[in-house]
Amino acid sequence: MKQEKVIQVINVHKSFKAVHAVRGISLEILNGQFIALLGPNGAGKTTMVEMIEGIQKPDSGEILIAGKHWKGNEKELRNIIGLSLQETRFIDKLRVFETMRLFASFFSLGPERCREVMTLVGLDEKKDAYVVNLSGGQRQRLALGVALLNKPRILLLDEPTTGLDPQARREVWMILKKLKDESATSLILTTHYMEEAEQLCDYIVIMDHGTILKEGTLQDLLGKSSAVIEKKEEYTGPPRNLDELFIELTGRHLNE
Amino acid sequence: MSEIAKSEKRNFISLFRHFAISLLVKYMVKRITNSQLWHLILANARELGREPAVLFWGIIFPILMSLGLGVAFTKKKDVTVTVAVIGRNHLVHAPGDSASVIQYFLQKNRSVIKLSHDGSLSRELKVPDEKLGGTTYIFRDLSWKQAMVMLKRGNLNLVMDEVKGQVVYKFDPMNPDAQLTYLKLSKLMKDPELIIRPSESQILPLDVTGTRYIDFLVPGLICMGVMMSCMWGVSYDIIEKRSKKLLRRMIATPMKRSNFLVALITVRIAMNFVESGLLFFVSWLVFGITIQGSVPALLLFFLSGNIAFAGIAVFLASHTAKTEIGNGLINLVSMPMMVLSGIFFSYHNFPAWSIPAIQKFPLTMMADGVRSIFIEGAGFSETLVSSAIMLSIGVVFFTAGLKIFKWH
Repeated sequence: MKQEKVIQVINVHKSFKAVHAVRGISLEILNGQFIALLGPNGAGKTTMVEMIEGIQKPDSGEILIAGKHWKGNEKELRNIIGLSLQETRFIDKLRVFETMRLFASFFSLGPERCREVMTLVGLDEKKDAYVVNLSGGQRQRLALGVALLNKPRILLLDEPTTGLDPQARREVWMILKKLKDESATSLILTTHYMEEAEQLCDYIVIMDHGTILKEGTLQDLLGKSSAVIEKKEEYTGPPRNLDELFIELTGRHLNE
Repeated sequence: MSEIAKSEKRNFISLFRHFAISLLVKYMVKRITNSQLWHLILANARELGREPAVLFWGIIFPILMSLGLGVAFTKKKDVTVTVAVIGRNHLVHAPGDSASVIQYFLQKNRSVIKLSHDGSLSRELKVPDEKLGGTTYIFRDLSWKQAMVMLKRGNLNLVMDEVKGQVVYKFDPMNPDAQLTYLKLSKLMKDPELIIRPSESQILPLDVTGTRYIDFLVPGLICMGVMMSCMWGVSYDIIEKRSKKLLRRMIATPMKRSNFLVALITVRIAMNFVESGLLFFVSWLVFGITIQGSVPALLLFFLSGNIAFAGIAVFLASHTAKTEIGNGLINLVSMPMMVLSGIFFSYHNFPAWSIPAIQKFPLTMMADGVRSIFIEGAGFSETLVSSAIMLSIGVVFFTAGLKIFKWH
């Protein structure tokens, strides 16, 4: 079956005053594909996501979402996109369920869908808690839940696990893995955790200074067979993980 | 058609009508409660209602302020005035040949010796007055230096001295309290008889509704409350939500942008109605304040004022994401109006050239209009033009603000 292209980014450039944030990036994302934009801070990942999200306009190049431009199709496209920003603080004195209801109303969805999503992100027990009283991990799961309310065709997650402890990070990953198994949603995830990209995504784009350094599946990038990756055998040759690959490409660590 | 058939038909029509109406009502309720505007209004109302500080600053504080100022300026009570008498340390001694004019005056006119809180002795002279309120003068023997310290601390405003047997009064001529003390005291010194028969001339207390200070103050406080509530409740709220990236998150959904602002303003205006209603209720209960003019005109005028300030607030908050800048902008707009618009005292005390400009401030316009309805008995015909101007101010600022509004 031929897979449909849900996002097409064609030779996009974007500058902010003196900073050339994105320099000629092209990408194609297929239906149901999970792709990671991996790179250190300042690599241009967030700007790229903001352009896909329709919040920033590219200086040049073209972005098509489900075959359509943002201009003239904004209302339709907003209905098929779900997103979680790097750092969103919802209304402190609103309860978790009330926050869900508020965002559900933007998509004309009722309370049933809110309950489904609360179960999906494991916030059933916290439905009456004020947002201000949630832990970092719970807030991130709430943000993820809000992003999933409209059963989006495209999910954009900008560093969804930054600042979370390993346990909270794994909880977010579990939700996303479940989503991958059960839906045809396409995901673009920005991260500077190579483990996150390895665990969740079937296509990885390594970015730095607004350009793509390398892209492909994990196997393509590391140049080893899947058997080697799974068994973690002794391996001498090409880089053994994404961090080493990044060092090889840039001379720096991913988290620098 | 038989009567029974006619009655059955009527019953059927009535039943059908009830059914149709209840269906329509259910449909409307569902439409409203599922709409994004309704949920935005609910979210704002919950956010506001769950913040205890809102209750204090929005409701309790204005009431306390009106009570405090109202009591301070409306209840005529006896006053105590401290006067410094420079340098001879003999106010409390028996008068001898060398007695000064001041000493002689005090000792001849039933003044009594009292111990001050700092341990020194002073003379106290009580001048009763049933109509204007009595005055108690406390004369203290002080050196020039001591008198100046007390003057700077605001503990006294008049200094008396004697030069070649003549009483000399020293005070700040710009200080109305000092002027009043001087006028009263110099009159007493000339005619000590006034101490026992104070009001020679006929004074009839004016008893016209709306002439007390509190009648002037409460409408002003209501208007100031509306301005502050809109500035902080709308402007600051928008800026804070922008800085938290919540606005950006919201517009990434199909939310209608104007709905967000309309919900915020609706909740704030509803809150202003409650706040102002409570302030009026307490003022009515404590001071007997009433509305002389048309209540519907007042409601319309009040709504127009709210819309004017809400529009200005949206415009102010249209761009910045920094709460510090928002703070500055809000103060820049609200402080001059608070000082100049005649909330606490009439703006007619300002220079004549500035009055036409002051009258064009939205807060002045609102306070003048609300006062005219409250205390002058105005109705629609007197306030409709101002109402329309304020509505236009609100709509123009809101539209301009929405046009340049930065959502992220």
